[in-house]
Amino acid sequence: MSENSIISLQNVNKWFGDFQVLKDVNLEVKKKERIVVCGPSGSGKSTMIRCINRLEEHQEGKIVVDGIELTGNLKNIDSVRKEVGMVFQQFNLFPHLSVKENITLAPIWVKKMPKAEAEELAMKQLEIVKIPEQANKYPGQLSGGQQQRVAIARSLAMNPNIMLFDEPTSALDPEMIKEVLDVMVDLAEGGMTMIVVTHEMGFAKTVADRMVFMDEGKIVEEASPDKFFNNPESDRTKLFLSQILHQ
Amino acid sequence: MENNSNFETRKPPVATTGIIGWSRQHLFSNWVNSFITLLVIYFLYQLIPWFLDWSVFSADFWTNYKGELIVDRTFCSRVADPEGDHGACWAIIIVRFYQFMYGFYPSEQVWRVNLTYFLLVVALLPLLIEKIPGRKHLIKFTIAFPIIAFILLYGGFGFQVIPTNKWGGLLVTLVLGVFGIAIAFPLGILLALGRRSQLPVISMFCTLFIEFIRGVPLITLLFFGMVMLPLFLPEGLNLDGLVRVLVAVTLFQAAYMAEVIRGGLQAIPRGQYEAAQSVGLSYWQMNRKIILPQAIRISIPSIVNTSIGLFKDTTLVIIIGLLDLLGIGRGALADATWMGLSNEVYVFVALVFFIFTFSMSRYSLYLEKKLKTGINMGAD
Repeated sequence: MSENSIISLQNVNKWFGDFQVLKDVNLEVKKKERIVVCGPSGSGKSTMIRCINRLEEHQEGKIVVDGIELTGNLKNIDSVRKEVGMVFQQFNLFPHLSVKENITLAPIWVKKMPKAEAEELAMKQLEIVKIPEQANKYPGQLSGGQQQRVAIARSLAMNPNIMLFDEPTSALDPEMIKEVLDVMVDLAEGGMTMIVVTHEMGFAKTVADRMVFMDEGKIVEEASPDKFFNNPESDRTKLFLSQILHQ
Repeated sequence: MENNSNFETRKPPVATTGIIGWSRQHLFSNWVNSFITLLVIYFLYQLIPWFLDWSVFSADFWTNYKGELIVDRTFCSRVADPEGDHGACWAIIIVRFYQFMYGFYPSEQVWRVNLTYFLLVVALLPLLIEKIPGRKHLIKFTIAFPIIAFILLYGGFGFQVIPTNKWGGLLVTLVLGVFGIAIAFPLGILLALGRRSQLPVISMFCTLFIEFIRGVPLITLLFFGMVMLPLFLPEGLNLDGLVRVLVAVTLFQAAYMAEVIRGGLQAIPRGQYEAAQSVGLSYWQMNRKIILPQAIRISIPSIVNTSIGLFKDTTLVIIIGLLDLLGIGRGALADATWMGLSNEVYVFVALVFFIFTFSMSRYSLYLEKKLKTGINMGAD
């Protein structure tokens, strides 16, 4: 593990039953680095980032996040989850709580923040994702793009050092993708460490420090966006790019 | 467009709205429907006036057709004058009203029961009216109510102890129903969570418990509580009869409640768990704040359904000698002075049960309606 990595995956292996989803995955992420992970479906990209906040358990290898190793130790898992925010493909907002309550819940219960302070924080986060006027609505009343921005605000309210995005725009109508990506670009420019699983190649080109391409549970190629898009090494990457860019 | 007037909105045709439209659509849409509608109207026409006449207009209350005060069955108009056209003799209920409500609770102490009934209503207020002032404090009272009710009804702390074999009638029915439901609900939640637990020991224990209790008839459990439970308890610890029955009823209800809530839990998408975990909520915080509120909301109709079932099943305690509302009624019928008035007794008991169960059912509809507004539960 290099000295300045904030996330480090070393020889990580994982199986679902007999099926091996992750094969000797090695990845080092530096502070403030923005990584975009892409690859065909079933390649293990979502599983990999879900291992980073222990929504999935890896069976072999070592994962260290901000100096804390992820093991069965519940205390470690809790402290890692406080460091790491996550945004899901299906938003996963809490439908029985208002937008504001969705955001204040974790600060109030996990960080024991006073309610008034948490609400102030929630409004601040909603300003950042540009929908403060929706604070008192319920998730079911919002569009997909608005819901995903609330989900981002909900993660940000815990003041994480690292943000994981698991295909954040895949469930959105085309016209709503941009509003979510804009928020993510702002976040990247603010210096957040980010790992983003996405097929939005335009976003990847503008934001990524490094591209990671996965196939069949392995990291096939790791390169700067410039090299990745213009001069990829492996044939598998070339094939993938030709399919995704010339649709 | 040259002619916009074609697109002006019109009122819908008269024949499809209002009472006429509605009945055309729902009652007389074809000849089979029309026939059934007429048949039902005919039966209602026969039944309702007859029942009203029997139960109210031709009925005796305090006095009979001669104006005499009714003190036993021979004074009832329909017994004294079998040839005449007389209705129900409600005097049996009126004379024995105290027993129907309180059993054999000493009359100089009965204010304690009345106070408990009153406090029950107060305890229900915050559940019934959402915008009641001071709801937060009232909820605390609601949670403390079972303890307050126990001390008031049973005694201790300066109150004279009234042993439970003096309790009876509606009091026993409500104690079993209210305590059974109130204690079984949290217990059922724990059992449901336990059955889905990742820890094999906990999940196996909960599964075994639920399957055993569900697999046994309530009557068997009641006998078990009455006859066998004392054998398992340490010597000298003699649990009160009503408490033993209450334990059996509560465990029975908890097992059913657990399965109902487990059904609700299964409807919650995995993403809700993952989102709750990813923001750092602990297992209990996640369940309390995210999972259970949604799961219980989905299960409300079934929760109320099993609760109504339990409330009616409390009448089974008659078999082990407890005198609930129905038990008191049967006692009254066995009394030679009132024999033969079973219609009145059973109609009265049915009416009391109906008032309670129907209120529960309306409450569940109200809850469903209230919780649905503005929330799209389908979104995951």
